[in-house]
Amino acid sequence: MSTTFTLTGRKVVGGCFEGEALVTRDRISGWGGIDPRTGTVIETRHELKGISFAGKVLVFPGAKGSSGWSSQFHIARLAGVAPGAMLFNEMTAKMGLGAVVVHAPAMTDFTEDPLSRIQTGDWVRVDADAGTVEVTPRQRQTDPSQHPTGSQRTRAPS
Amino acid sequence: MKLRDDEKAMLAGDQGPAVQKAMDLLVRYGAALDAECLVDTRNVAGTIGATTPFLRQYADQNGGMDAVFSEFNLDSAEWVKIPPVKVSSSHLQQGIDPRHAVRQGVSQDVVRIYETGQAYSSGLGVQPLNTCTPYQVGNVPVKGEHCAWMESSAVIYINSVLGARTNAEGRESTGAAMLTGKIPYWGLHIEQNRRGTHLIQLDIDVSTTADWGLLGYWVGEQVQDRIPVIQGLSHQPNLARLKHFGAAAASSGGVEMYHLVGVTPEAQTREQAFGASPPLATMRFGEAERRWAYEQVNITARDDEIDFVMLGCPHYSLEQLWEVCQLLEGQRLSPNTELWIFTAASIKQLADVAGYTRIIEQAGGHLMTDTCSAIGKVVPTGTRVAAVDSAKQAHYLPAIMGIQTWFGSTADCVQAAIEGRWKGVLR
Repeated sequence: MSTTFTLTGRKVVGGCFEGEALVTRDRISGWGGIDPRTGTVIETRHELKGISFAGKVLVFPGAKGSSGWSSQFHIARLAGVAPGAMLFNEMTAKMGLGAVVVHAPAMTDFTEDPLSRIQTGDWVRVDADAGTVEVTPRQRQTDPSQHPTGSQRTRAPS
Repeated sequence: MKLRDDEKAMLAGDQGPAVQKAMDLLVRYGAALDAECLVDTRNVAGTIGATTPFLRQYADQNGGMDAVFSEFNLDSAEWVKIPPVKVSSSHLQQGIDPRHAVRQGVSQDVVRIYETGQAYSSGLGVQPLNTCTPYQVGNVPVKGEHCAWMESSAVIYINSVLGARTNAEGRESTGAAMLTGKIPYWGLHIEQNRRGTHLIQLDIDVSTTADWGLLGYWVGEQVQDRIPVIQGLSHQPNLARLKHFGAAAASSGGVEMYHLVGVTPEAQTREQAFGASPPLATMRFGEAERRWAYEQVNITARDDEIDFVMLGCPHYSLEQLWEVCQLLEGQRLSPNTELWIFTAASIKQLADVAGYTRIIEQAGGHLMTDTCSAIGKVVPTGTRVAAVDSAKQAHYLPAIMGIQTWFGSTADCVQAAIEGRWKGVLR
């Protein structure tokens, strides 16, 4: 039984959007990490490799990599393939600027970690001005092959 | 965000529409960051060229370079006339080397766009350094100087090695900073945010440039966007080694600042590096970690027939060019392999004078400027397998160009260019 729940956080860019969640625990590179003409992640070892975030509510830890981050997501917006909304945990300069130039609702500083509460395929309604995210979980599949996974990656020894 | 009177005046349009758009972007950006205020900067490094395919098309369809600056440097769909920059500004890499256009597969139309962009940018007062390493060619910020730089490998270098203060800015925020002399006072501009978060203890010698690249690649993966403090150095690093280290750490993670205990200016001691807070975690870098980094950075490489050797990421120093010359002197490249070496135009001028360019060309290689393979998406036609001595380039080239890429030492790469075969191993 799916029960809708609400997360609260801070507005980064105002506005409302609702759509399907695309969740990754990997930080996303802009330049060299996405194809801004298709909205597809291209980074070699990324768990979303080959998957497009166009029109999705992208839920991710934050930005990494080159400072071309904002310009790549800026191009993605002009190409019509930017995320519909962005929810993330870690604010950095490239993340903040990237969110601003995408012009889509964006939020951070959540009271609960969206990465542990939202799953890919959930229906999400973002009201950044009100600081709320309403999540309706998708009917769960038991088949593990339903999980969208990219290439396998090896963790570093630490 | 609190604005001072001069900032309010800019936002009100007192200095014209372009400065108004610039301040509007800085206010939106500062609010997104939750910054308290803006800070003055007199040192901006950004990019305003339009040589990449999407921007070329945008410039053609929307009325030229002012339209490109408005959209891509000010986030303004409305096209405004751009005045000269207000503070000292450097141009970072371009998308092509106009002197090697044919070899790079670049049409004359694109060369004309490059030249138009160069004239436009210089006309605004932006210095045509055209390199990812402005700190190698005269823009050397001083300790404590508030800067607004993009280019992750340069950001990490000036924060860490020089003690200057910048976040990893983007194309839009540096454009706005050029016209206003302002940037959000946030992140690494603030003293207490510059302290270390993670302690990295070296258990093995880290001495060569390749070693520093591997250490950087591992550190970035470990700490992501936090601030590592590295302790236990057995060898004093130099500019080239730290250039490769920082570029790697900024690619595998999002590191914008690090400390090397006893070396970098805000870490004369471990205590100074961490300030009052203890490390969040302590990690050790030994043989297993070095091996892991080597394997990850070589993850796309399978075939040992090398089509292309690319050196100069970040742009090579004169010292590195001379190292390559010594390896190449009297040798001839394999007929199946191209060697392209990238540096800043002003460094190439010195390489011309010193005879380095001639040595490289006599061996069959090419010394190029202004761009690199990943930024310009320029590799020799038909390249399937490349070799590089930069962990950063090895990280990005397979994703951007869909080619296999080997990482190894500079000597491994030069040997591959001469023999046409990869024989590099982790030493």
